[in-house]
Amino acid sequence: METLSYAFSNLDQIAVLTVEHISIVAVAVGLAILTGVPIGIAITQNQRVAENVLYVAAMVMTIPSIALFGIMIPILSLIGHGIGYLPAVIAVLLYSQLPIIRNTYTAINNVDPALREAAKGMGMTPVQRLRTVEIPIAVPVIMAGVRTAVVLNIGVTAIAVYIGAGGLGELISRGISQTDPRKLVTGAVAVSMLAIAADYGLLWLQKKLTPRGLQLQGDT
Amino acid sequence: MIRLEELTKTFQTDQGVVTAVDRINLEVPEGEICVLLGPSGCGKTTTMKMINRLITPTSGKIYIDGKDTDEYDPVELRRNIGYAIQQIGLFPNMTVAENISVVPSLLGWDKKKCHERARELLNMVAMDPDAFMDRYPNELSGGQQQRIGVIRALAADAPVLLMDEPFGAIDPINREVIQDEFLKMQEKIRKTIIFVSHDIDEAVKMGDRVAIFREGHLEQYAPPDELLAYPINEFIADFVGGDRTLKRLRLARIAEVMHSDVQTLKPDDSVERAREILASSAQEGVPVVDRDGHPRGFINQRIAEGGSGKAGDLAQPLSFTVRSRDDLRTAVSSMFTHNVNWVAVLDDGGHLIGYVSQQDITDLLGTVRGDTRAA
Repeated sequence: METLSYAFSNLDQIAVLTVEHISIVAVAVGLAILTGVPIGIAITQNQRVAENVLYVAAMVMTIPSIALFGIMIPILSLIGHGIGYLPAVIAVLLYSQLPIIRNTYTAINNVDPALREAAKGMGMTPVQRLRTVEIPIAVPVIMAGVRTAVVLNIGVTAIAVYIGAGGLGELISRGISQTDPRKLVTGAVAVSMLAIAADYGLLWLQKKLTPRGLQLQGDT
Repeated sequence: MIRLEELTKTFQTDQGVVTAVDRINLEVPEGEICVLLGPSGCGKTTTMKMINRLITPTSGKIYIDGKDTDEYDPVELRRNIGYAIQQIGLFPNMTVAENISVVPSLLGWDKKKCHERARELLNMVAMDPDAFMDRYPNELSGGQQQRIGVIRALAADAPVLLMDEPFGAIDPINREVIQDEFLKMQEKIRKTIIFVSHDIDEAVKMGDRVAIFREGHLEQYAPPDELLAYPINEFIADFVGGDRTLKRLRLARIAEVMHSDVQTLKPDDSVERAREILASSAQEGVPVVDRDGHPRGFINQRIAEGGSGKAGDLAQPLSFTVRSRDDLRTAVSSMFTHNVNWVAVLDDGGHLIGYVSQQDITDLLGTVRGDTRAA
């Protein structure tokens, strides 16, 4: 009850923190799509390179977020951004690579070889094949990777408060330091709700982006 | 016209160099279907894929209409050769119309022209354009998908068509139907076609010429009837099957062997006349035909000898007949089923136009149709 009344009386602040939180995740995942999808497509050309790239991306995932923030402080200090928004965005960008690269790679690789052969045999160039056949068919799986990245990184961003990036983690950290369960719970619930909302929103987008002919697959 | 000269493909494997296709020489005249036939791994598919350069030849030349295909960019070359594959390969993210329009749009046709072409082709395979243009491949039956796969290969009206077991992914009953449809279409479009198959029955049915491959070598290249009548070695004889003579029956129409000089009786004629005909000709029975030319029955030796009166009263009904455009297999099957030596032949209107006997068919199997060296 107390928590609820706290939350309602601080809606303004929660809204500001939520926008901060979303902006970190959105910018970072947006950049991750711009880098991860081309990388995922590129590595389909060579299996050995693919294995190495996926290995490195998986290794990045195993670095605890708090450690990753720590590593970046001295490095980014060189350009005067040791703490704050930039290291948070970079961390989320790195964590997003694995799900996006892996899903893109898998999706493109799993396109039915018969389709690729038909496309090639009819005289499509490799770029035309990608644009008109392989990417449209891969979209649902790539989008699933984006969803994973977003949900995962809404959690990671909550920790970015410790390097001064703001976001909903602020409520949680204050709750801990002030032993104020109202702030702690409000922050935690807000992060969870944001993750759930983002997941549903992206699921809707995923369906929108899936070519109609592929949506029918289940019906026949 | 397609001409292959000393076409060779070798692959480097762990066991050393493997020759998949060994110095193939082959010429397919314009407007004909050439079936490349053989067991799997014989080099037939590799040979076909070298023509549109999905596989690069190790050596040798390929000429289409006299032009060396090495002079073309592979992408350009492929756009000018129709291509249909066994797995059909329709793009699930595109509608039927978009699938058909793939090559035309690559060639830069405008939207309207692509659209009209798709409608025209759908009509050709008896699929209603209004119902199918905007459907997706997943909404079609296997047979419908297969038809779209074939007309997609025809979309840009390329003179040359490569078909890799194009009717392979379909049940036997529908396959027969689509094969017949395709042959009817080919009569109109007269494409030069390379058709890969592993099924001798399909090859005999579809091919103007059949090339049988074994282990990268072209063993025999001949029209189907010659192949069935004169296999040049054990391998070919085995491959075409022990029933090769019976297979030849499918290649000939009844019209080719029937006697159109059949002597008939009118219902009012006397049995006396039947006796005369039976005595003076090789006919084993005399059909009785009404004024419109429809058969009413027949009179054979037994009836003619025992009876007297009008032919129309004595005639036994013809319990079965065949049509002139049926193949000989149908005639033979009818004769064996009813244990007789001859069968009356009707035209599409049901008029009697001749008869065919077992002896005629036996005589035909002793020769090769259209071949002068046999007699």
